[in-house]
Amino acid sequence: MENLIALLVAAPLLGAAVLLCGGRRLDRAGHWIGTLFAAASFVVGVVLFVDMLGRGADDRTLHQKLFSWIPVEGFQADVAFQLDQLSMTFVLLITGVGTLIHIYSIGYMEHDERRRRFFGYLNLFLAAMLILVIADNYLLLYVGWEGVGLASYLLIGFWQHKPSAATAAKKAFLVNRVGDMGLSIAIMLMFTTFGTFAFGPAFEATGDTSEGKLTAIGLMLLLAACGKSAQVPLQSWLGDAMEGPTPVSALIHAATMVTAGVYLIVRSGAIFNAAPDAQLVVVIVGAVTLLFGAIVGCAKDDIKKALAGSTMSQIGYMILAAGLGPIGYVFAIMHLVTHGFFKAGLFLGAGSVMHGMNDEVDMRKYGGLRKFMPVTFVTFGLGYLAIIGFPGLSGFFSKDMIIEAAFAKGGTEGWILGCVTLLGAAITAFYMTRVMLLTFFGEKRWQPDAEGHEPHPHESPKSMTIPMIVLAFGSVFAGGFFSIGDRFMHWLEPVTGHDHGHAPVSATTVTAATMVVLVIGVAIAWTMYGRKPVPVVAPRGSLLTRAARRDLLQDDFNHVVLVRGGEHLTRSLVYVDHTLVDGVVNGTAASMGGLSGRLRKLQNGYARSYAVSMFGGAAVLIAATLLMRAV
Amino acid sequence: MNPVNYLYLAALLFTIGASGVLIRRNAIVVFMCIELMLNACNLTLVAFSRMHGNLDGQIIAFFTMVVAAAEVVVGLAIIVSLFRSRHSASVDDASLMKL
Amino acid sequence: MTSGLAAAATLTSTGEAVQFWLLGTVAVVGALATVLMKKAVHSALSLAGTMIVLAVFYLANGAYFLGIVQVVVYTGAIMMLFLFVVMLVGVTAADSLKETLKGQRWLAAACGLGFGILLIAGIGQASLSSFNGLGAANARHGGNVEGLANLIFTKYVFAFEITGALLITATVGAMLLTHRERTERAKSQREMSQERVRSSHLPPLPAPGVYARHNAVDIAGLLPDGTPSELTVMQTLRRRGQIRDVSDESLADLKALEQRSGERLGRDRADDGLAKNDSAGKDLAEDGEEVAK
Repeated sequence: MENLIALLVAAPLLGAAVLLCGGRRLDRAGHWIGTLFAAASFVVGVVLFVDMLGRGADDRTLHQKLFSWIPVEGFQADVAFQLDQLSMTFVLLITGVGTLIHIYSIGYMEHDERRRRFFGYLNLFLAAMLILVIADNYLLLYVGWEGVGLASYLLIGFWQHKPSAATAAKKAFLVNRVGDMGLSIAIMLMFTTFGTFAFGPAFEATGDTSEGKLTAIGLMLLLAACGKSAQVPLQSWLGDAMEGPTPVSALIHAATMVTAGVYLIVRSGAIFNAAPDAQLVVVIVGAVTLLFGAIVGCAKDDIKKALAGSTMSQIGYMILAAGLGPIGYVFAIMHLVTHGFFKAGLFLGAGSVMHGMNDEVDMRKYGGLRKFMPVTFVTFGLGYLAIIGFPGLSGFFSKDMIIEAAFAKGGTEGWILGCVTLLGAAITAFYMTRVMLLTFFGEKRWQPDAEGHEPHPHESPKSMTIPMIVLAFGSVFAGGFFSIGDRFMHWLEPVTGHDHGHAPVSATTVTAATMVVLVIGVAIAWTMYGRKPVPVVAPRGSLLTRAARRDLLQDDFNHVVLVRGGEHLTRSLVYVDHTLVDGVVNGTAASMGGLSGRLRKLQNGYARSYAVSMFGGAAVLIAATLLMRAV
Repeated sequence: MNPVNYLYLAALLFTIGASGVLIRRNAIVVFMCIELMLNACNLTLVAFSRMHGNLDGQIIAFFTMVVAAAEVVVGLAIIVSLFRSRHSASVDDASLMKL
Repeated sequence: MTSGLAAAATLTSTGEAVQFWLLGTVAVVGALATVLMKKAVHSALSLAGTMIVLAVFYLANGAYFLGIVQVVVYTGAIMMLFLFVVMLVGVTAADSLKETLKGQRWLAAACGLGFGILLIAGIGQASLSSFNGLGAANARHGGNVEGLANLIFTKYVFAFEITGALLITATVGAMLLTHRERTERAKSQREMSQERVRSSHLPPLPAPGVYARHNAVDIAGLLPDGTPSELTVMQTLRRRGQIRDVSDESLADLKALEQRSGERLGRDRADDGLAKNDSAGKDLAEDGEEVAK
């Protein structure tokens, strides 16, 4: 069975190679080939999953070593895979959702002449993401980490003829580099501290390591997670990443890649458990991003950007849960999986809406679409109910668990976190209801576009609706399936461990509170957007709304602090270089030149002048001899 | 009189010769001055030979003479060929070793 | 020199002292003249004088062989070589005593003065009050020359051989330096004579004005046999026929000359001379007519 693990990666990798190297002759069949390889990977994943279920809870981890990558004395890096329950969860999510989105893309990208390349990039992403989650050491994980960054860059900028897409791709890549620096530094620190990159030996060595070093490693890992998962302060790229095709937003920037940071933290749980300070920072980052993303999501009129804010916020939940330690690991991953279903479904729904509306993204120009796109409406609606935590649906279970875990942290910290997560739930209910109302309810507000084309909203083809339906199923039932009987907890516990903590309030109270804030959020949204007609042009809004529309000034902050600051720094460094460094160098050269210019006048070429020097020298020699004798 | 006086005389002659080398521009005269210096040295050697009661000094003087003869031959040949190519016997004219 | 027998004397004989002071002055004057004389020849002669004085001092110091060699090699051979080169090069602008390098004379004076003072101070400092003399050393092998020979061919034999090699090298070097490469083959005597015959002028051409009594360009020169050669006159003048006849002019000239000399020397003599000159003038006139024909 171990030998199958490499197939997981090999299938999409081969698909990417075939599609990207195959050239135009594959244009017609490209999307089928891409989907086939993704599905093949999913089948392999399922086979492995069934096999894993057949074994005992402590016997489920598989290892496969492909080859020795960097065999240097004292520096051993292997290309080796490790498939345990955590990896398995990710493998199924990635290949499952990935395959669905491949199918969806067949319809969505139908009219794009570069569809084959698109599927090649998607396959490349799958391969890199799978490497990331099944690597058995940090160095190979880093390969996958960079690979998904590359695929993300290529896909965000897929419509590179649009300058905004090209810029967004560049921005995502650059911001991700900051996080990647954190990961590479963390890996270097690990090597100097533990002497190995492999997960097992490294985690065993945490017991003998000082807390300071572990905190440093943890903070660097957190920086990496922030970059990849769009957490404050490296969150600025995710909103712009929506310039990419919608399936990309669904797969990479909602369901899978952006959750890599959560995976990294949960995977490195052993390190974080031993470094409470780092954990605290993780929790703070998660809490801040949770509110940040939610507030941004409230103000955006672009449907995809509103969903992106939501993604940011939901990942904030996961990071927060992961920062709680063993209390939260399981729930972080569980929310990750359910979020993968409903957020992918929501994005696919948004894509379906855009598909029917001539690629219009402004929700203020939708309205009343439920009659025109019933399937999209129903699937999107189920996803909506799931994300706000409607009782019985996926989000209800997973988010409720996280809120409970936040309270279970205990002490003041627990109360603060609990309240923050509750507040987040309320805001989630508000902005998702807003999206729902603006898009599917009310009157139609669409107008002819600049060329006079009246949009004709229509339902999307089957290739697009079927994945949406499947994901809607996941959104509805996954949470219940995982939670009833604590299935998911028992499944993941051998890897991450679990701790119930000391909840100051009972689970029932928390659930009740969640329901209350949920109702409040929905009610506010209803009063603002449901009862009265929505203006097509956004009102000016309050200061907070305007700030939120500008992504809470994150770009302005980056521009002022980093870009301007960097420019000033470089300018002053250039000045120092020109005046001080060059001045010293040039001054030395000039003084040498001047000195030699004077000295060379002694070299007048006249033998008699040289003879005088020699004669004078002889006289000096005699004087010296006499002096020495006298002394 | 003490034979040391010969040494003083030799020192005087040597200095005069050296000054001549520095002052004169005619290569032939410069060369003569060099010969004068060599002769001054020879006188010193002979005087020392007498003082020490040892013939070795005279041998050295003898060798000096032989070497001086060889030097004159080559030196004058150089002067002649220099004169042929530059039509001048001035040491200042051959001042190519400068920038 | 007689005191050389003493193991360690401090003073030489009075005779030698007198000789030293007299000849020493000459030597210094000669050296100064070598440096200061404007003409290279004078410098060479002054140097020769100094060298001869030094030869005498060698003799006085018991170095008989060196004294003779000094005269033969230095004054005889080397100085003659110098004179040859001086003649070869001739008088040049370099002979001028005017200094061209700025500050050179002052520096030279300063260095010379400093050097001389230091050297003399050094000698004065050395404790050289007594001397051994060469009597014993010269007598050991039966004389100065034998003593030197003994040393040269035993102790210094290698140095001696090497100086021999050096002399050979110097000779070859001098030949190489003064040798001038010929760029084309020299004409043989036969080739030169053949060229001469082809040129239609077997005897050498007269230079203009040879045997002429006049230096104007339109008067032809006379050949050795007394006939005027038109070749000595410019081609242009020949074409125009503007060659003046030698004979008439010379007759008139001669007459005028005779007359003037006769007036100066006196009547009576002049009469004899006039008769003689008349016949000579007739001869010349006849010659001129023949040439004209």
